[in-house]
Amino acid sequence: MDFTGLFSHFGELTTTGLAQGAIYALVALGYTLVYGVLRLINFAHSEVFISGAFAAIWTWSMLGLNQDSKVSGFGSILLYLLIAMVVAALASALAATVIERVAYRPLRRRNAPPLAFLITAIGASITISEAFGIFTRRLPQGVPNLVSNEPLFHIAGTPIRVMEVLIIGAALLMMVGLDTFINRTRFGRGIRAVAQDPDTAALMGVNRDRTILLVFIAGGTMAGVAGLLYDIRIGAVTYSVGFLLGLKAFTAAVLGGIGNLRGALLGGLLLGLVENYASELFGSQWKDFAAFAVLVVLLMFRPTGLLGESLGRARA
Amino acid sequence: MSGITQGIRTFRQAAGERWRTAPRAVRWSVLAAVIIFFYALPNKEFYQYLGPIPTTESNFGQVLFTISIYVLLAVGLNVVVGFAGLLDLGYFGFFAVGAYTVAVLTSPSSDIKTLWPWLAVVPIAIALTAISGVALGTPTLRLRGDYLAIVTLGFAEMIRIAATSSSFLKGQRGFNQIPHPPGEYADGRPIFGVLDARPYYWLVLTLILLVVFGVRNLTRSRVGRAWVSIREDEDAAQLMGVPTFTFKLWAFAIGAAIGGLAGALFAGKQNFVNSQSFELLNSIIILAAVILGGSGNIVGAIVGGGLVAYLIERFRGIEVLGVELYEFRFLAFGVILIIMMIFRPQGLIPNRRRAAELKDRRKEVTVGG
Amino acid sequence: MRQKLARVLGGAALVALVAGGAACSSGGDDAADGACGYKIGFFGALTGSSAALGINMNNGVKLAVDQYNKANPDCKVELVELDSQGSPDQAPQLAQRAIDDEKLLGIVGPAYSGESEAANPLFSEAGLVHITPSATRPSLADQGWKTFFRVIGNDLSQGPAAGTYIKNVLKAEKVYVIDDQSAYGAGLADEVKKVLGPAVVGSDKVQGEGKQSDFSGVVTKVKASGATAIYFGGYYQEAGLIRKQLTNAGVKAPLIAGDGVNDPAYITSAGQDAAEGTILTCPCQPATKARGSFVSDYKALNGVDPGTYSDSAYDAANILLAGIKAGKTTRADLLEFVRGYTGEGVAASYKFTDKGELDPSQVKIWAYKVQGGQVVPDQEIPLG
Repeated sequence: MDFTGLFSHFGELTTTGLAQGAIYALVALGYTLVYGVLRLINFAHSEVFISGAFAAIWTWSMLGLNQDSKVSGFGSILLYLLIAMVVAALASALAATVIERVAYRPLRRRNAPPLAFLITAIGASITISEAFGIFTRRLPQGVPNLVSNEPLFHIAGTPIRVMEVLIIGAALLMMVGLDTFINRTRFGRGIRAVAQDPDTAALMGVNRDRTILLVFIAGGTMAGVAGLLYDIRIGAVTYSVGFLLGLKAFTAAVLGGIGNLRGALLGGLLLGLVENYASELFGSQWKDFAAFAVLVVLLMFRPTGLLGESLGRARA
Repeated sequence: MSGITQGIRTFRQAAGERWRTAPRAVRWSVLAAVIIFFYALPNKEFYQYLGPIPTTESNFGQVLFTISIYVLLAVGLNVVVGFAGLLDLGYFGFFAVGAYTVAVLTSPSSDIKTLWPWLAVVPIAIALTAISGVALGTPTLRLRGDYLAIVTLGFAEMIRIAATSSSFLKGQRGFNQIPHPPGEYADGRPIFGVLDARPYYWLVLTLILLVVFGVRNLTRSRVGRAWVSIREDEDAAQLMGVPTFTFKLWAFAIGAAIGGLAGALFAGKQNFVNSQSFELLNSIIILAAVILGGSGNIVGAIVGGGLVAYLIERFRGIEVLGVELYEFRFLAFGVILIIMMIFRPQGLIPNRRRAAELKDRRKEVTVGG
Repeated sequence: MRQKLARVLGGAALVALVAGGAACSSGGDDAADGACGYKIGFFGALTGSSAALGINMNNGVKLAVDQYNKANPDCKVELVELDSQGSPDQAPQLAQRAIDDEKLLGIVGPAYSGESEAANPLFSEAGLVHITPSATRPSLADQGWKTFFRVIGNDLSQGPAAGTYIKNVLKAEKVYVIDDQSAYGAGLADEVKKVLGPAVVGSDKVQGEGKQSDFSGVVTKVKASGATAIYFGGYYQEAGLIRKQLTNAGVKAPLIAGDGVNDPAYITSAGQDAAEGTILTCPCQPATKARGSFVSDYKALNGVDPGTYSDSAYDAANILLAGIKAGKTTRADLLEFVRGYTGEGVAASYKFTDKGELDPSQVKIWAYKVQGGQVVPDQEIPLG
């Protein structure tokens, strides 16, 4: 164990950890939303994320950008990013909708047991991931260099780079948006109502199916943006990376308290940090081990996660 | 078309009814015939008459061995998921513990160089996996449902990382020259050699029969009834005085021990164990197999485990329109999972009690749905 | 009723599929015109996460068989693809499948060291000759397998060569060593560390096989170490990401890696700018006269450029085919033929030691450099 390394690189490990954690948090929101409303681990959410990541890359390649392109000028970079973000969010929302329609709704109609949902979710996850694998011939897809890696400013000697600011900023913005959506709008009220008590909500005139669809779309949008941020940060995407990232994001959601939006944010950021610190202390190969170990230990002492289960303020 | 499906359904129900009411002698002889069939299966003299059933693009005896390991794993996981209702997403981790115990204690490439014979190590492997099941279960079994799922998943992933990264477990370099099970033919050739997979298959088959016999008796005892009560309503079971935690721990330990046995058999046949054998996907495939076959029903678990392992292998070498289907096997697997769960959530051969509950559930009004 | 219908249809489809498959495979057994029924096999990953290298090799073997069949239309040889997914679990059943097929005389593969450990004992027992174009674990040659051959130098030759290059050519005094914990990658990294000794300022391990994509922890360490060269033992997928993330974090030190990274996908995932200047060692020689039209022929047949190991797989297949051409059409004869083989291939000249290793005098390690998105030869590394 190398504590001197941890202290001397603490700043850098923190910024990069937070950036990765922000991506986890965005994906975790999807798990948490669906779990909060349906009490269901949406195992296929990892593929919702990967759909966004690929959609962004293919959008750029349709716009004539490949992994070697260089784009200059703030305006055009922003334009490329925004276009890709919109497409990625749409693609992921679409993927989430399809999964809900094909894999979950028929089961809800039949009032199937929870295990059946888990298995269709796994089935959907394998199907989508394999379809991408076959389509990309299982090769990594490179991402153009859009965001500069120059330090923007320094805090106590730690360079704060444009990329990390962009990723954390975008993620926080999306989360504030989602939080407002859930807590301040009519649709959000519907979602909270169904989360609290589906039967009563239905009696009060909330359309349950539409609310559930909305939840999937909201989660998908978040995952799509996460896909884009992942592209920018990691630099290349292979069809199979979604599974593990999804698992981590789910871990993040459980860590913060599944069903709890702010918990997802907290859990995601925490997980990103834990991973980075652990990889400095024990070596990179142990970072996933540390992530899961933290989860197991935490659940023993706080079985409902750091902030407890609740969607919105419904179930404090 | 509905006439045909109706016909099939009546036939199935009638067959089920006839099976249940058939005299004991008939049932036993049918069972014996099935068992003999599976013992005869790996012989080329027999399976060459079975048309498209044997795999052509990989040796059928070897494939049968793999299938039998999956069946054993499915029977073990069925105890945990099907009987006690504990969602274990990391079951393959126990398989890894069993295989690694054998590897570490027998292989010359191991650091401790005990070089014990295979047979002596198998009980140790089973005991160690049962202990690891208890060790994992004690803190986690207090968690309910989905939390348990993610913790077991995390556990399996931690085992995989430990196997890859710790120098004691040799990572991808693995352990080689793991000894085979003992035994010689009259002419001095080893029974469990390198080229013939049939003896291994027969060994596993025999053990499956023993395990199934044991598990079946267990489920019809006090323990089995306690498991069912936990699965159906844990709070009610607790109120009725069932020590739920103890019984859940038992289910976990028994399931783990069966997984460890499978791992030990695998290591003895394979001769070589490394970290590549323990992908997370395997845990998921086994779980899917149990639920496809019919969670809570031993025959269902056997059919599910066998079918999943067999079909994935059967896709090898089949070409449709110039495209090799093997590439699409997991895609097809995923689609089949979805379709099966939508149209038959109780599995192929369901547990009768569970199927009845499902019927009831379906009649309940889904609000807003 | 709908569910019953689906079940019936599903069942019918499955039966049709299985029956169809049987029909296909039985149809395929009938010898086509001019075939004399001999077969060679390729054993390696064609699907799954380690498939890219396997596909490279299989395409190379395909080319060799294709050329052979064009040259010998009266006695065609068939290629049998054994897709192991790189997994040791599936290796025995495929190895035995090959052994069961009496017309199958030789194997190119197994591609990886792990599956070799599981499959080679069977081949050895059955006397079926196999030439691996890519499994470089040194201990494979020491297990007494009678049928094992390898057409490239093992990690013990490539690793020290990479170390020598870093020491003598790059003259780097601070080297950071990373490996992916695979048998291949860790093996190379250990050898490099031995050669460089105190020049290694730090080392780290990452997860291979696509299990890790965020390398910020490693990047931070490399940056802090002030390394002037970075060695990576592993495959192209992680190498591409590591290179890109290093460059993004402002680390300009060159990356040195083994032949597992020598794949076009490395450059596409790292991007040309980041990949520029990467040094790749390979126990294979650059384009020479002997290489002739290999690259263009390969592209004409497979539609893509040859990747890592395509050429050595092509050579391995050609050695087997040369034996069949010479009338060595039993397994024992072909084994003897390969044992005594000497000849030129597109990647090297071949001659085997008693243990099946490529003769040490034939092992030539070359350094290649990534320039302008292409891998170009840099220089031969003298082995000392």
